[in-house]
Amino acid sequence: MSALVLAASGDVFNPPTSRDFELPGIGGTFLTKPMLLVILSAILIAVFFFLAARRMALVPGKLQFAGEGVYSFVRNGVGRDVIGPEFRPYVPYLVTLFAFILVNNLFGIIPIAQFPTMSRFGFPVVLAVISWLIFNYIGVRRRGLVGYLKETLFPPGLPLPVYVLVAPIELATILITRPLTLALRLFANMFAGHLLLLVFILGGEHLLVSGGLLTVTSPFAFLLAIVLTFFEALIEVLQAYIFTLLTALYIAGALAAEH
Amino acid sequence: MKGTLNLVGYGLSAVGPGIGIGLIFAAYINGVARQPESRGVLQPIAFLGFALAEALALFGLVLAFVL
Repeated sequence: MSALVLAASGDVFNPPTSRDFELPGIGGTFLTKPMLLVILSAILIAVFFFLAARRMALVPGKLQFAGEGVYSFVRNGVGRDVIGPEFRPYVPYLVTLFAFILVNNLFGIIPIAQFPTMSRFGFPVVLAVISWLIFNYIGVRRRGLVGYLKETLFPPGLPLPVYVLVAPIELATILITRPLTLALRLFANMFAGHLLLLVFILGGEHLLVSGGLLTVTSPFAFLLAIVLTFFEALIEVLQAYIFTLLTALYIAGALAAEH
Repeated sequence: MKGTLNLVGYGLSAVGPGIGIGLIFAAYINGVARQPESRGVLQPIAFLGFALAEALALFGLVLAFVL
């Protein structure tokens, strides 16, 4: 119905597509906005943790409290609870991962930045590959290549014919499915969230200028865009947590003797 | 009106993960309501299950754009 009205006025609304994510380069094709945001996030995180840890006091100041909050959330909530007693060597990676993904995701709703870096597929792929290398390396170092593959592909306590099914599935899981799902989950969440915001904001703008009854409905679109922005904030924090949690789970799986 | 049927298919395929996520959080809420001190143990498990179920819906979304 609304599409017919819009078509009659000769002004068709073009819904946002994946092409809206291909931003033009800033000064040449090499440096793009996502790249700039990644560099900015690295600087922001480094400065934040440096300032938070510069003057460590028994009674923490505001900044130290915030820094320790992030650190101890990942250390206790993800590292210790998931990996178990041997969690200490992996805490630096997990904290870095969490902070990096969190800041880059939050760029999606911070004004001016307003672009989640992870909605370009290349960035989550690199993170997933690093996590994949780490948990496989830990497994191989712990039990040797043969031992790691044997314990992963042939979990004990199954009837012999079942291994024909289980072994290929487990092999595909540790080689393909895990890194793929890690990268794809983060990418698709940020992509879908940004797209959702674009739909409501661009749609609201289009309703506003199209006149008549449609103009009256545009505040609802903008209202929903605001609500969804808060929803996005939740999703962005949640995805940073889930990526870190899954990495910790995979590390724990590689460390443990059996599943 | 223009568009691609892929997105209609995606909408249909999102029903399954939707039900799945509902079941996961229903079980989580049930567990915490019955035994509030188990929240710390259940929370990572619930979010893990949520992430796994949600990933299916998001794969559908990606495929709707790719195909």
